[in-house]
Amino acid sequence: MKKPFTGLRAWLVQRLSALYMLSFIVFFLIHFAVDAPHSYEAWRSWMTGSGVRSAAAVFFAALLAHAWVGLRDVILDYIHPVAFRFGSFVFVGVGLTATGIWVVRILSTEHGFAV
Amino acid sequence: MAEANKRRPVFFNLTQIQMPVGALTSIGHRVTGVLLAVSAPFGIYLLDLSLQDPRSYARVVSYFDQWALRVVAIVLVWVLAHHLLAGTRHLLSDADIGSQLPAARRSAWFVNVGGIAVALLAAGALL
Repeated sequence: MKKPFTGLRAWLVQRLSALYMLSFIVFFLIHFAVDAPHSYEAWRSWMTGSGVRSAAAVFFAALLAHAWVGLRDVILDYIHPVAFRFGSFVFVGVGLTATGIWVVRILSTEHGFAV
Repeated sequence: MAEANKRRPVFFNLTQIQMPVGALTSIGHRVTGVLLAVSAPFGIYLLDLSLQDPRSYARVVSYFDQWALRVVAIVLVWVLAHHLLAGTRHLLSDADIGSQLPAARRSAWFVNVGGIAVALLAAGALL
């Protein structure tokens, strides 16, 4: 079985996701410094505009991948009993997957194109 | 050789080991990373609320009128700032920028102090 997030690939995932998230955070902060949305309408229309929405979707995908690689490293370093380690992987994996589904729901039609 | 290794004293009392400044940067990077992973769902919850309707948006804004939540926000600003600065230091070091010890020490200080400085700025803005 090919493990997707180990070794060199995990290293690369961690760095590419970091670079993307860093750019997105800078972009987000600049928007708030220059033209902070002061009302619900302004905030929603900015967030749900197709450009920002897609960029945010990629941001959260990067966040989840980054969190997985990081937490996996922490688990491998500190949790040695096999069963406990496996349980930790399952816990983190389920948690991140659920978070991903939640984000997809937030960023999909729910608040945006509906109304 | 293996026998000798086994008999070596192990001294891992972190409160007594003299840690170089880079060690604090590195431990901080790890601790803040775990804290960010733990706080992410709360951030996503706020994002969800803020986009639902004007009333829940107002609720999110009113959360930050609370003194306790402002303190949490400031701590999280430090957490994020330290993680981003330490991560950037890592990326630069991947590109072989600042890998030499004197430069690495300086950048480690910069990261540790910079994270706190950003948090103090946030405190100034929020409190």
